[in-house]
Amino acid sequence: MPNMSPKKNEMPVQDPQVRNHNFKEVALGYTEAMALDEAERCLNCKNAQCMKGCPVSINIPAFISKIKDKDFEGAYQSISLSSSLPAVCGRVCPQEKQCESKCVRGIKTEPVGIGRLERFVADYHNEHSTELPVKPQSNGHKVAIIGAGPSGLTCAGDLAKMGYEVTIFEALHKAGGVLVYGIPEFRLPKSIVQKEVDNLKALGVKVETNMVIGKVISIDELMDEQGFEAVFIGSGAGLPRFMNIPGENLKGVYSANEFLTRTNLMKAYKEGSATPIMNAKKVAVVGGGNVAMDAARSAQRLGAEEVYIVYRRSMDELPARKEEVEHAEEEGIIFKTLNNPVEILGDEHKFVKGMKCVEMELGEPDASGRRRPIVKEGSEFILDVDCVIMSIGTSPNPLIKSTTANLDTNSHGCIVTDGEKGQTSREGVFAGGDAVTGAATVISAMGAGKASAKAIDEYIKSKN
Amino acid sequence: MFKIVKKKVLNPTVTLMEIDAPAIAKKAEPGQFIILRVDDEGERIPLTVADFDRDKGTVTIIFQIVGATTEKLNHKEEGEYIQDFVGPLGVASHTDGLKKVAVVGGGVGCAIAYPIAKKLHNLGCEVHSVVGFRNKDLVILEDEFKAVSDKLCMMTDDGSHGTKGLVTNALEQLIQDGNQYDEVIAIGPLVMMKFVCKTTEKYNIKTVVSMNPIMIDGTGMCGGCRLTVGGETKFACVDGPDFDGHLVDFDEAMERSSMYKEFERKQHEETCNLFKGVE
Repeated sequence: MPNMSPKKNEMPVQDPQVRNHNFKEVALGYTEAMALDEAERCLNCKNAQCMKGCPVSINIPAFISKIKDKDFEGAYQSISLSSSLPAVCGRVCPQEKQCESKCVRGIKTEPVGIGRLERFVADYHNEHSTELPVKPQSNGHKVAIIGAGPSGLTCAGDLAKMGYEVTIFEALHKAGGVLVYGIPEFRLPKSIVQKEVDNLKALGVKVETNMVIGKVISIDELMDEQGFEAVFIGSGAGLPRFMNIPGENLKGVYSANEFLTRTNLMKAYKEGSATPIMNAKKVAVVGGGNVAMDAARSAQRLGAEEVYIVYRRSMDELPARKEEVEHAEEEGIIFKTLNNPVEILGDEHKFVKGMKCVEMELGEPDASGRRRPIVKEGSEFILDVDCVIMSIGTSPNPLIKSTTANLDTNSHGCIVTDGEKGQTSREGVFAGGDAVTGAATVISAMGAGKASAKAIDEYIKSKN
Repeated sequence: MFKIVKKKVLNPTVTLMEIDAPAIAKKAEPGQFIILRVDDEGERIPLTVADFDRDKGTVTIIFQIVGATTEKLNHKEEGEYIQDFVGPLGVASHTDGLKKVAVVGGGVGCAIAYPIAKKLHNLGCEVHSVVGFRNKDLVILEDEFKAVSDKLCMMTDDGSHGTKGLVTNALEQLIQDGNQYDEVIAIGPLVMMKFVCKTTEKYNIKTVVSMNPIMIDGTGMCGGCRLTVGGETKFACVDGPDFDGHLVDFDEAMERSSMYKEFERKQHEETCNLFKGVE
């Protein structure tokens, strides 16, 4: 008899007033008892709608059935058939917009906590299994992957499992892409990412860090001189946008990318770190996405006393996951919605001393379907801050485009592909993730990496 | 890991290292830079390529010991390794079509000016080099500059070597002597580059400067290296590091470069034994 409780099992979390002073993981994960109880809420639908919401089509009822049978390792293996990064996805996927949004239990009550169960299963495996995957028999074909972020890691994993000789080229000194430089430790512990990378290495994937493709080696050289038969570009969307308002180059104004990279990749939050970060007391984060929430919550953990989210629309339009917004609110982040900065003010030493904002109201819906924010006349005010973090989006990095002949991009700088398979305008060159879509989610990038792995396999087979 | 194949102390605060990095050596051009981390706990710092040897597969860096990271790097010896070395980053200096150029270098900036002077010289361009140092003990690369310059003006602040005075004095004299330069290339402290630009502006001579601001990734990702050039925000790492000096907002760049001064001072004191008390 299924568990008909209308509510999901709550996720145990660190107390908000404790966690906002440390970088340890916020959500602690289900216990075995909670996982079993939650799994019983799944009705094991014949026509599983949840799967249609998953970008990598995990067989959700199948893995949940294994949990019900207490076969947690079996559940992990079931997820692994479709996803190469379950411990990551269980933490950072927007399940409420994907699988869980389609769950039939969600029509009248809360959906099954699919994301929480996925995380439980992945953590169980990581804790109990010491076996590394075995390198499959090589098929002798070489594929290069550019970028060790979610799309590249996924594409590499799938190709390696098919027997390809895969090399990932990563520009930074560490593999993981946004999983290591962007998403903070308290939301995604870096040891989890490292474990996923180690698994790939066990599968035979080579990871070459410190390799800026386009600078040190071009895509043409990879294919013509180094014998790679296909290339997958997963170089992400790492170019930060600024607002182009006065004062943006004052000391104390960061892009969210810089602030998070200093904190996460360079470990500026640790005592004695060689990489500095400003010791800010009052911080304004401009923007309302997940990255803005990450930046705000990191700033508070670094010791800021007041942290504001400044967003030009209302709470209802915040693009961040609801869960992240709730966590931020619990931790004391102050939401100044319907506000927009117009100027950043500096002191005599050119450090930030305040941010001039205007109040906004919502007008008619615009092209995006969201109500357009309009400035309220005469509403100017100054927010007392000493640090401003711009988190208003990123664009694809132009390095690859500018060094690869005949690689088509659109007006936003995104690489143009033929849709799902990721085929670019260049034969043998595929692309996926944020480099194609502009900034999106980890799971959609993984989905693209997966689709491209399949397409690359078909392409190479068709040639040989 | 990248091996230090040669280390040479150029003066008490400036060290040269040749790093075994064949892939980078194959592609590097004057004006480009690399980013390194000394060890696994280290910060990423940009250093402009001072020279490269495509056959040997080495890249030469010359650095001044100014903070904790360069101090730590300076403690590494020949045969030892540095953790990360990535490049070549940024856009190479433009040298096409130049027939007569004044290359102005200040202090450790001469290390970056030298490969450009060398490249221009090899391309058949007439090179006048103006190099400035505080005093004779800090002079570096004098012979190297001599070898690639049609004229070399050695300047020191105190007159202990060459002519007493600033690089701007010598440059202005050269211009007034009737030398017609296609371009002036100035590399050194921000304040020096600012005043070189002020000097050449009067004579309407195109002036290129090499900017070396604070940065992390060096690939356009963090935006920490942004500068105002001609009223627009530019990223030194991908748009530069060379810019039209007459358009650069040097005052802003100088302010931005001091952002972590206090932090750097503390870090240096913690790294340098001289600051540690005797137990």
